[in-house]
Amino acid sequence: MEKKNAEIPKNWNLEHLEDGRMVLNMGPSHPAMHGIVRILLTVDGERVMDSDLEIGYLHRGFEKTCENVTYNQCIPYTDRLNYVSPLINNVGFALAVEKLMGIETPARCQYIRVIMSELSRLTDHLTCLGANAMELSAFTVYFYLINAREALYRLTDSVAGGRITPAYTRVGGLTQDLTPDFKSSTAEVFKIVRKNLSDADKMLTRNRIFYDRLRGTGQISKEDAISLAFTGPALRSTGVPLDVRKATPYLVYDRFDFDIPVGSNGDNYDRYLVRMEEMHQSMRIVEQALAQLPDGPINHPGYNVILPPKEQVYGNIEALMAHFKLTFEGVKPPKGEVYQAVEGGNGEVGFYIVSDGTGNPWRVRMRPPSFALTAGLSKMIKGGYIADIVSTFGQINMIGGELER
Amino acid sequence: MSSYLLETLKSKFPASVLETHAFRGDETAVLKKEALPEAAAFLRNELGFDFLMDLTAADYAPRAPRFELVCHFYSSKHNYRLRLKCPLEGENPAVASLTPLWASANWFEREAYDMFGIKFEGHPDLRRILMYDGFEGYPLRKDYPLKKRQPRIPHRD
Repeated sequence: MEKKNAEIPKNWNLEHLEDGRMVLNMGPSHPAMHGIVRILLTVDGERVMDSDLEIGYLHRGFEKTCENVTYNQCIPYTDRLNYVSPLINNVGFALAVEKLMGIETPARCQYIRVIMSELSRLTDHLTCLGANAMELSAFTVYFYLINAREALYRLTDSVAGGRITPAYTRVGGLTQDLTPDFKSSTAEVFKIVRKNLSDADKMLTRNRIFYDRLRGTGQISKEDAISLAFTGPALRSTGVPLDVRKATPYLVYDRFDFDIPVGSNGDNYDRYLVRMEEMHQSMRIVEQALAQLPDGPINHPGYNVILPPKEQVYGNIEALMAHFKLTFEGVKPPKGEVYQAVEGGNGEVGFYIVSDGTGNPWRVRMRPPSFALTAGLSKMIKGGYIADIVSTFGQINMIGGELER
Repeated sequence: MSSYLLETLKSKFPASVLETHAFRGDETAVLKKEALPEAAAFLRNELGFDFLMDLTAADYAPRAPRFELVCHFYSSKHNYRLRLKCPLEGENPAVASLTPLWASANWFEREAYDMFGIKFEGHPDLRRILMYDGFEGYPLRKDYPLKKRQPRIPHRD
């Protein structure tokens, strides 16, 4: 394969080009970048003239693995896609398989899925902003935001049984119901989160250094962002009010009152503001969902979908057979294909699943929002300073697990 | 039960649309691969599909047209989604690139090339993206063994 850019050297050393420009290697493991990605920069002084990204350091073959296991066995793998908002991936995958089977889960399950997705969105944005502030040397803010994230992790941990690998959903339901004191502990946690967010807001939003580092850097126009299939906060920062939760509501998102914050410049500062506001909106959704939360079962009643309760398995032959069949063969959706999109922390998380009627999926494809965003990084850093790559890359919130699957 | 979109596509490209269906509400058109650039341009310019949300492929070996290109389009203006599929013949399939129409096609096509070995004609920079130079085979093909080992690659200096 010939390289398109003859300027990019094959070796890892610094190289001076004839016209005085320099080829500089950033990464794959660089202290100022969260995630393993290599950027080959062609720089003129401090200005980035051209860049080439090399990804794939965290590729684990998620899609290939899923083709060889049952649908429910895929769910722990989905945790490891976007590992700072694992529950959104769990929910997205379960929804896609349920759409394929043509079933709907009980109302309580849908509310709990909404709550868990929003808590995950909070942890995602907190990680993104905290790491971004840390990389721009606002180290205190990092601790404040990670403190809030830790409180949220403990909350989801108390329900799902895992901080970052909860594997909480099943096709047709959930592994367990909310804890009895969930409402009160959520209120406690939100107090911590709100306190930490307001502290971070005071320290960052009007901070001269932070403002100067983010304002006007990593700018992208609305047209470019749409053409590059940007979604999530990065798209909304350019002024496009597109959110899957509003555009094509799934679960019970149409029952809540929340706003979609948008920016106007498409730069890093707008992305920061959009994320800050989205966290408040997520907390609004969780509070409404907890107020409306209905009683009832959390799992689909069909024994061809979800494991029957243990007392049934030990008590009658039908439930025992269903248990056996589900354990050995897994759920069997009919032949067909679906695409289900959910709003992840970084944008549209889509699952495209093809079933051949057996217990293993024929093809699982996850549409990673980070992939489209990272593809646009070259465009966003072009013409800027090397130092601004750090803030732009941080605001893209590249998550290796999701990007490279 | 086919919708306005699928009817429009069918009447615009009567010879190229092989099949349309709407399974679970996902509208899908199966198209001859020769018509893909023209149909995609029609979708973008006339029907308002401004997002190429996803582009991937699937391997249906041992079925006769072995590969299928799968594109998911989204229109933010009308809030529509549409899936376009193109069956691709042969062991080394090729299809026209969508990079002139959507910038997002660039990396998605590189991934489809990397994983399935589909050549995208007209792509500006078609090389492996998740795998490394020197990787043998295409990992998401059905005949690629799950636990296949790769040869060692020489040290780069």
